[in-house]
Amino acid sequence: MGSRTPLYDAHVEAGAKMVDFHGWDMPLNYGSQIEEHHAVRRSCGMFDVSHMTIVDVAGQQAQAFLRYLLVNDVAKLKTEGKAQYTSMLNEQGGVIDDLIVYHFSDTSYRLVVNSATRERDLGWIEKVAADFDVTINERDDMAMIAVQGPESEAKLKAVLSSEDFATIEGMKPFLGKQVGDLFIATTGYTGEKGYEIIVPADQVNDLWKQLLAADVAPCGLGARDTLRLEAGMNLYGQDMDESVTPLESNMGWSVAFEPTDRDFIGRQALEQQKQAGHHKLVGLVMEDKGVLRHGLKVIVDGGEGVITSGTFSPSLGFSIAMARVPANVGDTAQVEMRKKQVTVKVVKPAFVRNGQSVL
Amino acid sequence: MSNIPADLKYASTHEWVRDEGDGTFTIGITEHAQDLLGDMVFVELPEVGDKVSVGDDVAVAESVKAASDIYAPISGEVIAINEDLEDAPENVNNDPYGDGWLFRIKAEDSGELGNLLDADAYEASIDED
Repeated sequence: MGSRTPLYDAHVEAGAKMVDFHGWDMPLNYGSQIEEHHAVRRSCGMFDVSHMTIVDVAGQQAQAFLRYLLVNDVAKLKTEGKAQYTSMLNEQGGVIDDLIVYHFSDTSYRLVVNSATRERDLGWIEKVAADFDVTINERDDMAMIAVQGPESEAKLKAVLSSEDFATIEGMKPFLGKQVGDLFIATTGYTGEKGYEIIVPADQVNDLWKQLLAADVAPCGLGARDTLRLEAGMNLYGQDMDESVTPLESNMGWSVAFEPTDRDFIGRQALEQQKQAGHHKLVGLVMEDKGVLRHGLKVIVDGGEGVITSGTFSPSLGFSIAMARVPANVGDTAQVEMRKKQVTVKVVKPAFVRNGQSVL
Repeated sequence: MSNIPADLKYASTHEWVRDEGDGTFTIGITEHAQDLLGDMVFVELPEVGDKVSVGDDVAVAESVKAASDIYAPISGEVIAINEDLEDAPENVNNDPYGDGWLFRIKAEDSGELGNLLDADAYEASIDED
């Protein structure tokens, strides 16, 4: 038996098909995962993401510590609650994990990291933190629900007190705010407007029930995967891991090379790779029948690559994928499918945003 | 528990076969199979007129999760295919024994039917999985 979130019984009660996800028993779907996908693109859906790891970092050297640990520069964060997408690397530039950091003050931050890499992440954070005046506090007393979709704000209005709702009404993307016992952030993993809500574990079932009563559709890992892939968002362990760098993973935009005097772990390796050249992560589109899948070989002008994530896109009605290929890739690629070679289009790795195709 | 109609025959590879009483047999995949595969997104069917033998891979059911070969449970000629699945592959999920049928075969030798499983034997075979 795997670890269970406080919402395990609620999932089973809702008829979820439970599967193992990196040691956690999580819902794959509650019925049709394609309908769950459409609920998020067209109205509102919610995900139990309590398996993710929340780490609070506090202390005199919190900012200095995170400027060294993370590839993006937390010194850019000035507003209370501002969030930043970033990652932490090993000395060779390999991605240990990608994460979101929230800035409360220069001495207080919150990290939300993946569940798949929990032990290694915590070990690494503790190890690097040993040289800084900071305290590291894993918040396993907290659970987390992602509420995503164009009607998310209206749904939160239905479940929050008018006073609480007023504090987050119209909140810009990538901000987090403490609202009573809830920490509500305008972040997500779907390419839609929405929220990620950190809630004390003993209150999460009440919140889930209230959202259900407000007609928010429970959505499982299946829909989460098709939504994030349409949005061009990476999945750790699939699109990147310790064997590749952010530059090879469409995450170069989140690496702050400026200011040049900021040292961060992996910086030297990234600078060398930038000079030498490297593979890149691109999007693939196949309008023929069939589904591009993880692990399939991709042949491009510059050589060979591999599909890191592939799926059927419910919003577009055909298959999309992310692939790591040589940098001098052209506009098309060949994929070795079941018993045939198929020509696919090469695009930027983003397919759907806010319910609309961006191809 | 999975729905396994008693009036059908089954292959261990999860196809069902309905005797239409006129020497033709309708074929689909079981409720258990569609449940394992998840939401169907494409169904590739044989062509009308194709001659098939028992065990040939004649169709592909592709779901969000995986592509799965469908094998001919009896030999003969394909005389009809379910063209509605082109636009509504979800019929295989929603009604696997009805609107989700795949193709119909005019049997060469209806004696082959004796090699297939009845509902109890099919149920026993999936309980072992």
